[in-house]
Amino acid sequence: MHDVMNRIAELARQVGRHVTFMEVCGTHTMAVSRSGLRAMLPANVKLISGPGCPVCVTDTNYIDAAIELARRPGVMVTTFGDLIRVPGSESSLERERASGADVRVVYSPSDALVLARENPDKRVVFLGVGFETTAPTVAWTIKRAAQDGVMNFSVLAAHKTMPFAMEALLKDQEVKIDGFICPGHVSVITGAKLYRFIPERYGIPCVVCGFEAVDVMKCIVMLLAQIVEKRATVEIEYTRSVNEDGNTAAQQLIAEVFEESDAGWRGIGVIPRSGLAIRPEFARWDAAKTLGVKFGEAKPHPGCRCGDVLRGVLTPPECQLFAKACTPTNPLGPCMVSSEGACAAFYRYERKAVAA
Amino acid sequence: MCLAVPARIVELNGTTATISIEGALREVDVSLIEEPRLGDYVLVHAGFAIQKWDESDYQEWKEIHDSVSHA
Amino acid sequence: MKQDRIVLAHGGGGTLTHELIAQVIEPKLDNPVLRAMDDSAVLSLDGGEYAFTTDSYVVKPYRFPGGDIGKLAVCGTVNDLAMQGAEPLWLSLGLILEEGLPVAELESIVESIRDTAAEVGVRVATGDTKVVEHGRGEALYINTAGIGRIAARRRLSAASVQPGDAVLVNGNLAEHGVAVLSQREGIAFRTSVVSDCAALWSLVKTILESGADIHAMRDPTRGGLAAAVCDIAVASGVGIRLQETALPISAGVRGACEMLGLDPLNIANEGKVVVFCRGTDAVRVLDAMRAHPLGRDARLIGEVTEKPKGMVLLRTAIGGERIVDMPTGEDLPRIC
Repeated sequence: MHDVMNRIAELARQVGRHVTFMEVCGTHTMAVSRSGLRAMLPANVKLISGPGCPVCVTDTNYIDAAIELARRPGVMVTTFGDLIRVPGSESSLERERASGADVRVVYSPSDALVLARENPDKRVVFLGVGFETTAPTVAWTIKRAAQDGVMNFSVLAAHKTMPFAMEALLKDQEVKIDGFICPGHVSVITGAKLYRFIPERYGIPCVVCGFEAVDVMKCIVMLLAQIVEKRATVEIEYTRSVNEDGNTAAQQLIAEVFEESDAGWRGIGVIPRSGLAIRPEFARWDAAKTLGVKFGEAKPHPGCRCGDVLRGVLTPPECQLFAKACTPTNPLGPCMVSSEGACAAFYRYERKAVAA
Repeated sequence: MCLAVPARIVELNGTTATISIEGALREVDVSLIEEPRLGDYVLVHAGFAIQKWDESDYQEWKEIHDSVSHA
Repeated sequence: MKQDRIVLAHGGGGTLTHELIAQVIEPKLDNPVLRAMDDSAVLSLDGGEYAFTTDSYVVKPYRFPGGDIGKLAVCGTVNDLAMQGAEPLWLSLGLILEEGLPVAELESIVESIRDTAAEVGVRVATGDTKVVEHGRGEALYINTAGIGRIAARRRLSAASVQPGDAVLVNGNLAEHGVAVLSQREGIAFRTSVVSDCAALWSLVKTILESGADIHAMRDPTRGGLAAAVCDIAVASGVGIRLQETALPISAGVRGACEMLGLDPLNIANEGKVVVFCRGTDAVRVLDAMRAHPLGRDARLIGEVTEKPKGMVLLRTAIGGERIVDMPTGEDLPRIC
């Protein structure tokens, strides 16, 4: 461990100038915060978070739609635990459950399908959020439901994909990114080839990184080395899990059940082709269609700067609301509400650095 | 996003496997990986195995992991 | 989001619970004894000092690997008394039964209460039984109140911890919470982890009799170790520094937490005590604990510092530092 830290210090000295590396995965945000790594890095190496938290980038109108469904008699809303406390415009799934709505936390989309089979009198809706890592698991579940004719099961899909979002960040003039710490588990599915366009078109180094603190440290070594050697390419630190091509079966499954669509990223706006919509062939398992869901307008909280935090323009402590009006128990925006949002992670694990 | 954990297949039944994460057992779906076998190491996310690991991958991870805990 | 309805997290022992008590309950009932907010109230009665506490048990399911709600109801309250250095004497037993509960189940729970109380040497002096309408499942809820005589030479209190104190724990963390979670519907995982539910008075007695200078003790129940040490840091106005590599966590608990994305520091224990003693007495306390069956895996896990006041920090395995925050209250399986 000391060797790796020394190597980072050595390479940082050789680089000389200030460099900023962005990670785009909530699990990386957590790993960095929980390990205390940020404060251990040389002064000229900065780590920032991008829009890697799928809960954070889910628009308020999606939560509002889920709440509207939960309020309907005979509907059971099933969700990953991550979504339950996220505030919509007026309420949250947690509050709805407290008021008597049938909202259940599940660990896997297949648990939701089991609940649908066990409760034939209920319309069971699964809230499909997450990136490319989760999309195949939801795709498989939809396919199973179709194969077995489980007609009371449907998915309200809000899946998003990384590459166009990463490109949008690179085109954004406000953020300077000198290297990407690429999401490890998204890459298990897509393969490292997903990021080739970044060094090719923009000359930015990319390293696909694992989730232990040691992985992040090694990844930083590899990014710094590329800068020192004036290279820009995609490398893999997370060789345990990631290769060039990824999981082709999972990719085919995504293509079979989902199609590209435009998607609204909370705080950033619409990024074309960055979403996954359920294909028409599976319309009967698409909650938006079968249950007639209407998405209202997405209303951001006034004064909230989550959008800037998600783009990496602002770090959490630079937001005026951080730790004052906006805290994990009283969150104003998604970055604080999601347990792996940049603000929540910073508040939970690093705020002493601010207070000191 | 994406908590995924390494686990070992301890039972196999068609597309369902029982995996063990240091003794914690769960049924997961193995439809997304090729030719799963008893004893294989896999990466598990949201109730699905999404990748196979070989023995050396698992040992590498275990070493890093054990240095954190003091079980 | 302003909470105008009670949510599950209000019962989690973390920030929401604290807020509810501080904003809604305590201000209406305020008095010096209540304000101390220790595990038990300390009452001076007729020349002696007594500890008095109450706890309600709503665990679902009410049977779990390693115990049941009856055993828990005795141990939990006895342990709250023990945390003030009090030998448990008498318990009250309030039962709230849901219509439809099989009588045989009730019998078995009462037998569990009888057996646990006998082991501990405490007796049920009084009780009450109520039945409520059929709700979401056959449930039973228990409230126990306990009285104990304080044996400690000096008053143990969450506010008595000082910089330089050592922080110790008697064994593996998070076992109870993991064992209960494995029985819950919708989560579906199996584990060999068994609840650590146990009565701690005899261990506490051993620690007190070691002659060490003990300042405070806390049982890290709901909210886990994190909630317990955060409470102490705030009550005493000190900083606490824990060492990540020193925390005793079994492989089974680690595996379950990995699978579900949970933090073992936030998960309930029912047979653990965190001890704060004068720094130079740490070895004496460790030896005393390790000589007792409930303390074989006792560890020194940290130290008390002057700063940062009211905060708990963790020195991580890679040599970094992070905050151990008070948990919000509901630990849910995550995928992120």
